[in-house]
This record gives sequence, C-alpha cells and structure tokens, in this order.
Amino acid sequence: MAMRLYSVAVYLFLYVPIGIIVLFSFNSGRHASSFEGLSVKWYGKALSNPFVLEALTTSLIIALSAALLSSLMGTAAALALQRIRGPLRAMFDGLIYVAIMIPGIVIGIATLIALVTVFDLLNPVLGALWPADAAPPKLSLGYASVIAAHTLFTMSLVIVLIRARIAGMDRALIEASEDLYASPWRTFLQITLPQLFPAILAGFLLSFTFSFDDFIISFFVAGPNTTLPIYVFSSIRRGITPEVNAIGTMVLGASLTLLIIAQVLLRRREGR
Amino acid sequence: MTGESTKGRWLTVALLTPTSAWFLVMLVMPLVVVAIFSFGERSAVGGYTASFTFDQYANLPSRFTAFRNTLTYAPFGTLVSLLVAYPLAYFLAVKVSPKWRLLLLVLVIVPFWTSLLIRTYAWIFILGGRGIPTLLDYIGFEGVRLINTPFAVVVGIIYGYLPLMVFPIFVSLERLDKRLLEASNDLGGTPFRTFLQVTLPLSMPGVATGCMLVFILLMGEFLIPAFLGGGKVFFIGNALVDLFLQSRNWPFGSAVAVTLVIIMLITVSLYMRLTMGRAADRNESIM
Repeated sequence: MAMRLYSVAVYLFLYVPIGIIVLFSFNSGRHASSFEGLSVKWYGKALSNPFVLEALTTSLIIALSAALLSSLMGTAAALALQRIRGPLRAMFDGLIYVAIMIPGIVIGIATLIALVTVFDLLNPVLGALWPADAAPPKLSLGYASVIAAHTLFTMSLVIVLIRARIAGMDRALIEASEDLYASPWRTFLQITLPQLFPAILAGFLLSFTFSFDDFIISFFVAGPNTTLPIYVFSSIRRGITPEVNAIGTMVLGASLTLLIIAQVLLRRREGR
Repeated sequence: MTGESTKGRWLTVALLTPTSAWFLVMLVMPLVVVAIFSFGERSAVGGYTASFTFDQYANLPSRFTAFRNTLTYAPFGTLVSLLVAYPLAYFLAVKVSPKWRLLLLVLVIVPFWTSLLIRTYAWIFILGGRGIPTLLDYIGFEGVRLINTPFAVVVGIIYGYLPLMVFPIFVSLERLDKRLLEASNDLGGTPFRTFLQVTLPLSMPGVATGCMLVFILLMGEFLIPAFLGGGKVFFIGNALVDLFLQSRNWPFGSAVAVTLVIIMLITVSLYMRLTMGRAADRNESIM
C-alpha cells in the first residue's frame, strides 16, 4: 500500500509540471501567479509570430532530414554489421557506443570548431577553383551542420534498435525463403524488411523527436539559424512569457504523440 | 555465413560506407580537433592559433568551481535519482499486475524523450517567485526562495533523469526469477532480508547501468544549472558555453572539454570494473 502511494506520488511528480504548463498555456492572464480564465490567445500569439513560425519550419526541416538520413543509413549499417566479425566489427561497436555516450555539449563544441576550421581551409580553395565570373559558394554553419550533428547520434540509436530487432528475428523464415530459391534481394524485400519495419519506423520517430527537441547541439552548430528550442531558450532568458507555455504545450503534445506511436511499434515485437 | 561471395562483400562495404564517413567526419575528426586545439593558444580575436603548449591545462584551476560543482552534483544527483527510482522500478516489476505494467512503464519513459528544455522550464515556472513561494506566502511562510538554489538544481536533475534510472532497474528486476523470492520466503527469510540478500544483489546490473547513464548525462549538463541554478550553481557545461560562445576562447574551452571527457572515461571505467565485475557471470547487457 505504501508502495502504491509512493508510486502515485512519483507519477504526480512526473506529470504535474507538464500539466501546469498545459494549464497555464490556456490562461488568459499574463502572469503565472493567477489563473484568470480560459483562452487560446497565447496560441494565437505564438502561431502568428513570424519568428516562431520560422523557427518551427527550421526545426521541422532539420528533424525530418535527420530522421530520414538516420533511418536509411542506420538500417543499412545494422544490416551490414551483422555480416562482419573481428576487429572491424569491434571498431564500429566502439564508435556507436562513443557516439551515444558522449555528452551532447561535447559533440556540439567539437563539431563547431572542427567545421569552422575546415570551412576556413576550404573556402579559399573553393574560391580559387571557381570560375572568376561567378561568386564561389561559401561553406558555413547552417542547416546541414545541425542535420549532420544530429544524425550522428540518431543514426547510432537506429543501429542499436535495428540490431535488437534482427537479434529477435525469426531466422526460420529467411531460411525457408532461401530454400524456396528466392533471390537474396527478394528474401530481403519480402521477409527481412517487413519484419524490420516496425523497428525502422520507431527509429525514425525517435530520431525525429530527438532532433526536434535538441537544444544544446543546435545551440553550437546552427550558425545564424534559430530552431524552436533555441527560440524558446532565448525567450525564457528574456523573461517568461505565456507564449512559451503555448509553444511548450504544442511541442510536448507533438513529441508525446510520436513517442507513443514509437513505443507501440517497439513493444509489438516483444509481444510476439 | 561462410564463404561469402565477392558480391556480398561489396554489398557490405556499400552499406557501411555512409555510416563510416559520418563517424569519421562528425565524430572522429571533431574529437581530434578538440584534442589538438587544447594544446594551442588563443588568437587576439578569439578562436585558435597553432602552437604546442600546456598553458591551457595549467589554467584549468581558474574553472575550479565548475569542476567542483559538476563532480559533486553529478554523483549526488545520481544517488538521489537512484533512491527515488528504485522503489518505483520495484513496484512496477514486482507488484503491479502484468496487465498494467507496460502502460505504467511507458508513462515513466515517455517524459525522458520529450523536450528537457520545456520540462526544466516548467520548474522555473513552479519554483519561481510567482509559483510555490507565492502559495507559501498565503499560508504564512514569507520570503521563501526556491529558484536559483542548489535545491532547485537537484529537483531539476531528478525530474530530468528519473526515467533513465527507472528503466534499467525495472528490466533487471523483471528478469529476476520470482521463485528465488519464494524460496527465500520458504526458508524463513523476512521480506526485508529477502530484499537485501536476493532482490538487491540481483538487480545490481540495472542499478549500475542506470547510475552510469544518469551520471554521464549529468557530467555534460548545461540546461538544468543554467535555468534553475541561476549562475550560483555553475557546471562544466555552463563553462563550455561561456568559453565557446561568449569569450570565444577555443583552446582553453577545448582543454576543459578534453578534461571533462577524460574524467568521464576514468570514472565510468572504474565504476564498470567495480560493478560489472560482480555481475560478470550474468554476461548480458541491460541496454
């Protein structure tokens, strides 16, 4: 009984703060201290703020690209990794481990200074190689650097998820397919891929959520771009506005929906 | 898969090429650059000038407070999270009926994947001047200050990382053979003794994994001290943001980052040797 009460308390601790943000996003008053009445005006304010919309678009483009790249490359790598053994395999395992374990802030600063240094070296070369009558392209931090940095983490995550799925996969089906003279490609398309698909989709959704919610890596490598978390961070730094509650509620709502779908997809494999 | 065809080998190489390139350019190269920069000098306008000097490392004591705070709050926060998480994980794995188990577990994990930024912000809102302190005012406790205190930082840490602690402990407790508990009970063990001598030792791999994950993330934490510590509680992560984005002292920042990673590697490998050694016969990873 005591345990049950304790657990209820922990769940309250986890969800009440989120609930408060949601509740106050519908507060018509300016201040957190008093609830003055229901209103959706802060949602209207947030969604008509061009800075919010621009940050949202940036975040969506980045998250979608990172999720697509991660699920494609992660799946490919997971499939390839089960075919290799020995030191090469150990090296990849090590890299995946490091990519997941290293703090985001270290990835952020390392990527920042490495890319800025490389760009400073490459830009004069590009300038020299480019025909004189056209302005040479200038490499700089922006969408691509954020997508690349997020993909490092999310791709590693997808590899781990897919490998877990491969390990739990029914080999008998693949063997049966081979015995029936299906080509390896056909076996892959008709047997392996459908079995992997829930894990790939879950990996896509988790990657999207991670990228969409990430603040610290983007903070370092986004260059002049503002993602939604960067926008929220700077609004909070300037002082709390009720608009942030509305944005926060929308962000939480979106991630919760995606996460629940991902969880269902990942759990389904275990149920079987 | 013996005697793999040449075609198969090429396929493997093709499938691994993008990932390898990514690891090389986005992980290995940046880490190497940081290591090189940490031996460099700051140029007059900020940034980096090539050099080979240990000056940056000699200057580390100037950021002593950040290191001290991180190295006290990270273990302490990990310990408190463990104490809060264990009973919940135990409840979920042992007490709850299987019908509800999955749903309740998912409810614990899901917040971890939502924005830490927004979740930490919620605590600014709650602990800030117009939140709980206002309520305390009404009942007579005036002038209580909660935000920008060590207390707020610890609450933020527990809130942020509890799910990450619950999950591995839950997994190891769920795997535990319930017959062992019955056996201990039949042999006259009190519930408390059964817990101490059977349950707790068998859940150690989960405890170790959870503590390691939380500890690692706390070592690199920036948001929680920035939002809830109000400049009074300053972590290495805050020092890094300051050094790279404000003062643009890249070489010194790199030295701080390298030191952070080295401290992490040392503590984590020591910790793994200590805890995993005991669980070595259970040759399985919880992750």
